[in-house]
Amino acid sequence: MIVVPRPAYSLREKVYFWEIAKGLLVTFGHLARNLWGAALRNRTIQTWEYPEEPRPYPQRVRLLHRLVKRPDGTPKCVACYMCATACPAVAIEIIAEPSPDDAIEKRPISFVIDELRCVMCGFCVEACPKDAIRMDSEVGDLMGTRREDFIFTLDRLLEMKPRAGAYLGDRELEAKRKAGLI
Amino acid sequence: MNLDALWPLIQFLVPFLFMFGFVVALMLPTMIFMERKVSAYIQDRRGPNRANILGIRLFGMIHNVADVIKLLVKEDLEPKAADKTFFRFAPFLVMTIAIMTMAVIPFGEPIAIWGKALHLQIAPLNAGILYIFAISSLSVYGIILAGWSSGNKFSFLGAVRASSQMISYEVALGLSVIGILIAYGTTDLAEMVRAQGANPLTWGVVLSPIGFLLFLTAMFAETNRMPFDLPEGESELVAGFHLEYSSFKFALFFMSEYVNMVVGAAVISTLFFGGWQVPFLSTAMIKQNSALIFSGMMISGGAVLLLISVSLIDAIRRPFFAWGDRRDHEPKVFLPLTLLGGVGMLWLGLGVIPGLDIAKYPWFPVVVVLLLQITAFCAKTFFFSFFFIWVRWTLPRFRYDQVMQLGWKYMLPLGVANIFLTFAFARLWLGWLR
Ligand code: SF4
Ligand code: SF4
Repeated sequence: MIVVPRPAYSLREKVYFWEIAKGLLVTFGHLARNLWGAALRNRTIQTWEYPEEPRPYPQRVRLLHRLVKRPDGTPKCVACYMCATACPAVAIEIIAEPSPDDAIEKRPISFVIDELRCVMCGFCVEACPKDAIRMDSEVGDLMGTRREDFIFTLDRLLEMKPRAGAYLGDRELEAKRKAGLI
Repeated sequence: MNLDALWPLIQFLVPFLFMFGFVVALMLPTMIFMERKVSAYIQDRRGPNRANILGIRLFGMIHNVADVIKLLVKEDLEPKAADKTFFRFAPFLVMTIAIMTMAVIPFGEPIAIWGKALHLQIAPLNAGILYIFAISSLSVYGIILAGWSSGNKFSFLGAVRASSQMISYEVALGLSVIGILIAYGTTDLAEMVRAQGANPLTWGVVLSPIGFLLFLTAMFAETNRMPFDLPEGESELVAGFHLEYSSFKFALFFMSEYVNMVVGAAVISTLFFGGWQVPFLSTAMIKQNSALIFSGMMISGGAVLLLISVSLIDAIRRPFFAWGDRRDHEPKVFLPLTLLGGVGMLWLGLGVIPGLDIAKYPWFPVVVVLLLQITAFCAKTFFFSFFFIWVRWTLPRFRYDQVMQLGWKYMLPLGVANIFLTFAFARLWLGWLR
């Protein structure tokens, strides 16, 4: 058995006022620093004004899924069920049919991702042998009022556009950050 | 017009308007704003900055307006189990008592006007400090009425806690000032301020430092502020005595807490920090050198305003940082005002006043005295009001047994000892100073 001795309070701590004064100094330091920072717009408070100041995403961010198309517009997916198997949240439901193209064995007639179940783990992307499913769409924050808003069907997944724009760590972004411009 | 007949009205109205304006119209919103912004800055947060009128957010001050509108238009709930009469009466009682305390606080040397002395004190009572104690002990009634009439266990528990805490600390509160009462030899607050003199070395805080600490601590307990805010302990009592209150009745409780604090701060500065006394400048001295002191005031004020303008220019010129606020238009709005004010004050202080023949304007020294003393009083009160907030965001809450232990086992004996200590020390100290 380990007995952890309770530290005895010294007289100074028992009198309490000295310690209070020390605490007050600490909080006043923060107050003064942040007041000064607010006056000069320094970076003392590292809060982003979110909706007005969208944060650059890090490069490895996982956004909502999208399905990649072939040049002819058909889905690249070959309905191999790899992603559905890998998915720990059982969020992907695929129904396959034979493909008219002989070189491609199967194609999905229904490919549904339930984004309410999805845990954004990215395993589906890792599992896909065809690079057909990616998590780099424009949408990072999905909002909806009904359950159906979160059910992504094949058409919807194919419509999702890839994200354009800088990521955190991009060269020009870093240069701006270093210059204190953002 | 018969001045004599009107005089009591004037004597009441002038200080009343000032005090009411200062405490309720000026300090109350400032306190609520500071409570949010200071707490945010102490915790490295940004604080309120969303509410705006046409894009002007005044660093979050507009939130007060939003608050008032919200509290006014919210539904006023009354629980079925509540005793309706007392339930409605309690908030008014609390607010009234909070406001009543400020009646005896002097905020300036009585001024001679039309051959009469205008006391800058709503009620020039000679039992000032006793009045404060009498009134502030009444505030327990408001709280216990609120808690009991709500018909809610939590409210009732909160009220019981509040009353036992306030009654316990009233003892220490009363004891802690006896020392300086003896030292000043009066219970009249205006007399006490005069007795303290302009020299900070003869102020109450020097004569009776222990008394000051005890009084300050007891004041925190009396106003139910942070280390002692057990009546509202959110985790165990939800919101304490005002749990069932909504809409403007809640607002009354909320505001009375802040009015209590401001008045408490005023009492602290009156008793221990020389009230309206300007450090090192006695009334006679200000009157003699009024022109010099006034231009000094103007020059330093103008310099401060110009410095602020420089920082505002810097803020406008500077590129926005990632963490900066992209919606700040305030610097652009304030810059002309500060620039104008600064230049105007400098011009007054450097250009106008030195060329003025003061002897031609007999009212000039009186106005300077008034200005300086009211500024001193307001500054002291403001500091202690800020102190209440500062402490709240520094210290954690006591356990209830610790509150009682501190009150009865430490502060009470210390208060008794302090009477003798202060008496002896004040005698020796004042004798040595003379
Ligand atoms: S990200 Fe993870 S949870 Fe979501 S669909 Fe892909 S594998 Fe399933
Ligand atoms: S792993 Fe890729 S190819 Fe296979 S079903 Fe999923 S998305 Fe289609």
